[in-house]
Parts: sequence; structure tokens; C-alpha cells
Amino acid sequence: MTETTTRQAVMAVLVENEAGVLARVIGLFSGRGYNIDSLTVAPVDETKHLSRITIVTSGTPMVIEQIKAQLDRLVPIHTVSDLTLEGPHIAREMALIKVAGTGERRVEALRIADAFRARVVDATTESFIFEMTGSTDKLDAFINLMRPLGLVEVSRTGVAAIARGPKGI
Amino acid sequence: MSATERPAQDLLSGAEIVLRALKDQGVDVIFGYPGGAVLPIYDALFQQNAIRHILVRHEQAAVHAAEGYARSTGKVGVVLVTSGPGATNAVTGLVDALMDSIPVVCLTGQVPTHLIGNDAFQEADTTGITRPATKHNYLIKNVDDVGRIVHEAFYVARAGRPGPVVIDLPKDVLINKGSYRGRPEDGHRSYRPTTEPDAASIRRAVEMLKAAKRPVVYAGGGVINAGPEASRLLTEFVHLTGFPCTNTLMGLGAFPASDRQFLGMLGMHGTYEANLAMHGCDVMLNIGARFDDRVTGRLSAFSPGSLKIHADIDPSSINKNVRVDCPIVGDAEKILRALIAAWKADETKPDTGAIAAWWKQIEGWRARDCLRFRQATSADAIIKPQYAIQRLYELSLETRKDTFITTEVGQHQMWAAQYWKFERPNRWMTSGGLGTMGYGLPAAMGVQIAYPDALVIDIAGEASILMNIQEMSTLAQYRLPVKVFILNNEYMGMVRQWQELLHGGRYSESYSAALPDFVKLAESFHGVGLRATKVGELDDVIREMLTVDRPVIADICVDQKENCFPMIPSGAAHNEMLLGPEDEAPKGASKPGVTEEGMVLV
Repeated sequence: MTETTTRQAVMAVLVENEAGVLARVIGLFSGRGYNIDSLTVAPVDETKHLSRITIVTSGTPMVIEQIKAQLDRLVPIHTVSDLTLEGPHIAREMALIKVAGTGERRVEALRIADAFRARVVDATTESFIFEMTGSTDKLDAFINLMRPLGLVEVSRTGVAAIARGPKGI
Repeated sequence: MSATERPAQDLLSGAEIVLRALKDQGVDVIFGYPGGAVLPIYDALFQQNAIRHILVRHEQAAVHAAEGYARSTGKVGVVLVTSGPGATNAVTGLVDALMDSIPVVCLTGQVPTHLIGNDAFQEADTTGITRPATKHNYLIKNVDDVGRIVHEAFYVARAGRPGPVVIDLPKDVLINKGSYRGRPEDGHRSYRPTTEPDAASIRRAVEMLKAAKRPVVYAGGGVINAGPEASRLLTEFVHLTGFPCTNTLMGLGAFPASDRQFLGMLGMHGTYEANLAMHGCDVMLNIGARFDDRVTGRLSAFSPGSLKIHADIDPSSINKNVRVDCPIVGDAEKILRALIAAWKADETKPDTGAIAAWWKQIEGWRARDCLRFRQATSADAIIKPQYAIQRLYELSLETRKDTFITTEVGQHQMWAAQYWKFERPNRWMTSGGLGTMGYGLPAAMGVQIAYPDALVIDIAGEASILMNIQEMSTLAQYRLPVKVFILNNEYMGMVRQWQELLHGGRYSESYSAALPDFVKLAESFHGVGLRATKVGELDDVIREMLTVDRPVIADICVDQKENCFPMIPSGAAHNEMLLGPEDEAPKGASKPGVTEEGMVLV
């Protein structure tokens, strides 16, 4: 295989909202040794019983093409779209970030949160929980800044993504 | 309308719905083994005559029998097993069917829905276990879904690239009453594989093929799966073009072996001419094959410098192992029909001069006669396994019967593939992808059920045959005159061959010690046991085997030292073939073609 450089891909997958479908997707990735950098799933259409899975994965172009084809042939999967190949797209995730501290560290955390447009959703005299939505990079940057300021724990949703423009997948 | 609104007489039990749906799918035989969770289906079976049930002796054999049935008839094979161990025993067969793309529907019993997850007696997470072992699986929780899902399962098993489908049936769902609406139109909300090839790809392929100077057609099991018409069209296309044609292990029979344009099987134990043609070609047309590692050898050295056209029904097979230049997604029959039409419509003249030169080169390779072997002719001489198969082939022709061959896995399998001449599709059943020892006997059983009057032979090794030997009892019960032809070399021959090649001849655990007396074994299973230990006995034993209208085990004691050639060692390229023992290294020595990297490959 000549193409050894890896790239990241964001896949949007429309699936039947039925038992076991997530296990099929995850099993495919573990069974064939593909990477999952992030995976989110939620129902998106009640009447058509559809859920949408967003998978961020990485691999050589040949592997990414393989992942798409392998997903596409799972029986309960309607459509697979590699958003990274099909024009510009928006990818966002949300995180809840708990930071504990007092004094100057607490003030600094709040100041940075403000700069990053993170919202305070819970506060005690010695802690904050910030809610933040943005690109994975932005969340990573914020979380790294919080580390020396008393970061306690982080809960992240993983990436949800959609193509720009008027067309659906 | 829900079940409760219906008049009671329209309602059927889940078990009855299962059987009605099977009947509406045209099922006439199922292979199975009863148990607690599927008793309602067995009770319903007892009260009907449309579907015949074949009682196997192990659930793995039920799936292999269904595979044999499916491969030889082109229909979907059907299996019925109970929950827990019934389902787990079936798993090997399911993976075998998955790897070789065989349409099978396997009904498994399950504990009642209220007990699922409670570690109940004979409970296993069947849908969890079989998820990677099947093309798709279902757990039915409501009796009103039974009919729809059984029909959907048949569609999924058959459509696109075929494969096994499991339907897990909790006992309460089988007992509850529900409604059945008959067979719906085939189709699916989300699963609609492409079967019609794209016209632009066909044109491009024909353009490449017309410009070819050293073309080769490489056809696989997909052509067999597409139906006998696809094999006929393949033959027509190859004749039309004048190109050489090679088949994969799974594709044997798709192109007539006696045809001048046939190069034999390719791959690890393929012919010299087939592998060198693949290595040296400038345009390759792969139709219904998947660039398996047994075929390609070392990927980086696989057919360098050729343009590759890959026609496959499964888009995930394309560009998986080998980068191709012209992908065509679709059904093999439709693709071949389109290729023939486009070839005729395109007015470009093929380069007949170059192709004639290419054939001359191929004839040179063919002249090496890579499958030759030396059989001493005196009556006392030891039997060469190749000779045994050759005589079996020749003498079986004299019976003028439609003949079906199944195999186990190992050296005997490769010799069968090399020395049997398959002229038609669906006559060759072997475990290619998974390489399941114990496949051949139950598969032969399934074939004989489908073709009661045909000659069905399981070419076996003495080690493999013991993996599902219990099915001799099934043969006796249903009076199936399957012939088991054991090439007995008292070794797991392929293991020993690799130990010779790669592990300094240290035959760790590959000797078949404490073998049974196969003649007495056959007799104890109400069959006929025969034995040949020298050349002079061989023909008589084969003739008797072919004449007897009962199950036979023929124990053919063959040369223990014989190895399977030609061979491309793992990690080697097509032009690094070993042609015979003279190419083999002395014990313990490393040799050309066998690399450290190759050692880790299987």
C-alpha cells in the first residue's frame, strides 16, 4: 500500500432506529480494527424511525473508503456520507467541564471561560461547571487551560456534524 | 390490525407462522436438531407435510448441510436449532457461510422473552454472538412480526452478496397466537444492493480490454452465486475475446476445465501458468472474486504493472486489498451480459498479434506441466494421492452420473481442486474462506438430499473426516449414498507440509495417531467400508464404491510424504512458486521465497 498518510474523516450515518444497530456499527469497527475517535448517536426522525450516527475516524484514504463501504452494506443502514469529502461541513461537540478552586485560580478560570464563551451552568463557592459548545480543537484548548486551574472532570458528547448548504444527505 | 382484533380462527401460533412463511418461500427441506426452546416448531413440523426435516447429529453439520444444499441448488439453505448450545454449535457453520457468501437462514430457539438476560437454562446471547458471524440477524419479540421477519431474512440472505441470516425465536413468541399476511414483495427499506452495472464503467472496461496485449480473466465464486446463466455468459465472453481464463477455488466450474482457454486454478496451490499469467498480464478482469490473500500472495508484488478491472456485487470488496483501476459494482450475470454487448458494439479491433504472442508465452508455461506427478505402476506400489483423485475422476466419468464433489480442508482439498475437472457450476462444494475441517461430509449430505440420484463424493483427509464423522449416522438414517473418499496419509498433511517448509520439519502434533479402522467404522454406521493400500487395489475399490448404493467410506492409504505443489509460500509473489519437492529446502534450512514476514502469515 503506497498511500500511508492517514486522514481524519467525519461520517454521517442514517440508520434504522432498532435494537442492536449501534452494536453492529461498533462491532464492525472493533472487528476490522478501525479507529473510532468519536461516536454519537440519537434518534432524528420519529415517524421514519431513523437515528443518526456521527463517527469521527482516521485512517489511510483506502481504509476510510473501506469503512464507508463496510458501513454501507450493513442491513439497517440507510445512507453513509463522508462529510469530509463532500464539501464543507460543520462539526461541533458539547462539553461539561467541572473546575474547583478558590482565589486567583477561580477568577482566572472564570476569565478564560468568558473569553471562550463557555457558560457557567452550576456554581458553588469553590467550583464551577462550564458548558461549552464548539469544535473539538476549541474544547481541547479550553480543557487544557483549565488543567492547572483545578480541572476536576469533563463530560463530552462527541462530535455532531452536518454538511453546509441547503442539501441533506 | 393487532392480533387481538382478529377473529380467533385467523390466528396461528408463532411456530405455525414460521412454517407457513418457509413454505411460502418455497422451502422443502430444513436441517436441524431439536431442543427445549424450539419444541413448538418441532410440534408444528410433526403436523404438516410440506417441509421435510433432516435430523443431523450436531448443529454445525446442520449448517454445513444447508450450505451444501444451497451451493448445489442455488436456493437458500435452512437450519433449525435450539437455544444456547444449539446456537453456539451452529456458529462455525454460519461464519463459513459468511466467508463463502452462501445464502442460509438459521432459525434458533431462545428462552422466553421474560427470561432473556436472566442466565436461564440453555440461554445464550445468540444475536450478540452471531452478529459478526452473520450477514444480519434478528431477535423477534412479538409474534405479529414473525411472518414479516422470516420473509425479510430470506430476502437479505439472497440479495446482493449472499450470506447467512439468523432469526432468534423466543419460546413464548413461538407459542403465542398472531396473524400471518403471506409473502410480501421482495424489497427492503434500507438494504437495496446495486445489481445493475453502470454503463460508463462497462464501456471503460471494454476499452481497457480491447487495448490489452496480455489480458487475463480471473473469475470467482461470485459467478457461481449469480446462477448458471452467469457461468454460461462467462464462457461466452471468454470465447468471444479469446482471452485466457483462470478460476479461484470458489469459482471452479464457472468456466469449463476442459476448455483450451482455461488455465486452471490460481493462487497458493494454483497452476504455474495461471499464476504467471496473473503476474505478467497487462489487463486483468476480476469478476466475482475478492483478491483473497490465498490468491494474491505478497500484495506489493501482486500482478505489478497491470490495469485491474474488478467486477463485484459487494462494493466493500473493491479496493479492499488491491487498488483497482476500473471498479464495476453489480451482479455477475448482468455485468457479463453488458460486457458481451459492449464488446460487440465497440468497433476497436483487439490486438490479435499481441494476444497470440501472449498465448505462446502461456503455452510455454503450460508445457512445464506443473501438476505432473510420478506414480509407480507396479501393483504393489504405494498410491500417490494425486493419482487416487485422478483415477476417481476418470472412473466416475464412466458412471455417467451427475457428480458433485465436496471436500474437507487440507492437502486433499487442494489436490481435489487441482485434479478434478469441473465442467459445470454448482458441482463443487468446499470451505474456501474459513477453511473449516469437517465441512465436507455434512455438505455432501445436503447435496445428496437435493439430488438423491446423483453421485456425491466427499474427498476427505483422515484428520478432517473425524471432525464431523457422527454424520455417518444421518447418512444411514436417510439412506443417503454419499461416498467418503479418504486420502489417508496419517498426517494433518497441510500442517505437516508447513512444518516442513517453515519450522525445520518439527512435526509438532501433526501425526494422526490412534486412528480408527475406517472400514469397521463405516460398517458400524451401517455403511460399506473399503480399503486400498496399493496401486493394484485402487481401481477395484473405486469401482465398488461407485457401484454400491449405500454410504461408503473408502480408506485410501496414500504416500505419507507427498506434499501439495505447486505452492506459493506465504509472503511470496506469484513468480516465486515452488514447483515440487526439488524446490524444497533441506530440513532446518531457510530457503528462497520463505521470508521472516512470510512466516507470520497463515
